[in-house]
Amino acid sequence: MTQVTLTVNGTPVSGDVEGRTLLSAFLRDHLNLTGTHVGCDTSQCGACVVHVDGQTAKSCSVLVMDVDGAEIRTIEGMAEADGSLSPIQQAFKDHHGLQCGFCTPGMIMSAAALLKENPKPTEAEVRAYLEGNLCRCTGYHNIVKAILAASGQDVSSIAAE
Amino acid sequence: MYEFEFAKPTTIAEAQAALKNEDAQALGGGQTLLPTMKQRLAAPSVLVSLTGIAEMKGICTGDDGALCIGGGTTHADVARGVADTFPALADLAGHIGDPAVRNRGTIGGSLANNDPSACYPAAVLGTGATIKTPDRAIAADDFFEGMFATALEEGEIVTEVQFPVPLRARYEKFVQPASRFALVGVFVAQYAEGVRVAVTGASSDGVFRWTDAEAALSARFEASALDGLSPPEGDMISDLHGSGDYRAHLVKVMTARAVTAAG
Repeated sequence: MTQVTLTVNGTPVSGDVEGRTLLSAFLRDHLNLTGTHVGCDTSQCGACVVHVDGQTAKSCSVLVMDVDGAEIRTIEGMAEADGSLSPIQQAFKDHHGLQCGFCTPGMIMSAAALLKENPKPTEAEVRAYLEGNLCRCTGYHNIVKAILAASGQDVSSIAAE
Repeated sequence: MYEFEFAKPTTIAEAQAALKNEDAQALGGGQTLLPTMKQRLAAPSVLVSLTGIAEMKGICTGDDGALCIGGGTTHADVARGVADTFPALADLAGHIGDPAVRNRGTIGGSLANNDPSACYPAAVLGTGATIKTPDRAIAADDFFEGMFATALEEGEIVTEVQFPVPLRARYEKFVQPASRFALVGVFVAQYAEGVRVAVTGASSDGVFRWTDAEAALSARFEASALDGLSPPEGDMISDLHGSGDYRAHLVKVMTARAVTAAG
């Protein structure tokens, strides 16, 4: 076992891990941050997306020892300081951007990265950016709508609610 | 996955030393290797991460005008870093996998793996790039040796790739809709000396050059120059996503699209 030290959602944390311990397992099993979901465990579905030093990564395909010292942000770190929902989370709620909710943490983390990179994306750009985030309930429509709304764009012309 | 010893060297020399261990394996961004290890299709005793080696990251222009990209440079960094100097390569890098995969996966890892449907091999072979390792330089024409096989020796890593920048170039890929890998991808590059055409995704021998198309396009760089050509021959991949004939047909279609888009 080797000790790793990371900053997770602004708080320094450390733990003893094996070489094969995945970042997703460290977050969920060592830190009890179970908001990061593991869907496919093969880096395809995107439910486990977190930010590593500000960039999205599929935490099921990152070894925690490989990101020793990094700053990690998970869904648990997305709400505002007073506990209220962040604009992206609020938009998902307002526009029904989720049904079962399993993919939602990864969707929110990807959406946050997209809007940082591209504050006013087009619908096509949102859909392209979500290529690595699978949702089996919504058909994506309201997810895309929620992200466009969170970017401050008018979504009233987008039909389905 | 089975347990292993993890090493994270900070220099190429340290990485070479660590890779001398029996059953040691280099780890690039891990976007292919880690899923492979979870399936227990690979079980290295020592995993040597290359992500901490600063001298293997970054993009520069060499004295001869070639674009030099460190083997540990991520797809996302290539997409951003060569957008002005080599837009066809930036476009290719910016459409590998998905954004999160592009933030971790590296050019050196992709080339060392030589997946028959990966995008980078098409750019490297299509430009006649040079692959550098700690001890030697390998021409693209000598590097790819069939599906998942390369000229790399045991423990040898890709430290840099040098691309001669073409006059015009374009990569067109027909994505397999589920995996987003190339069902067929074609990289076309025009140089003063002639045109190179490299095809990925189609052949069970991995990336290859379509020399008939190169000759036709060197004479006249227009999609119509391909009209009379038969699709490339060879051992095309045939699977539930597409028959060999379909892939061979797609090669011609994607080559024509690449030529037109290269303008």
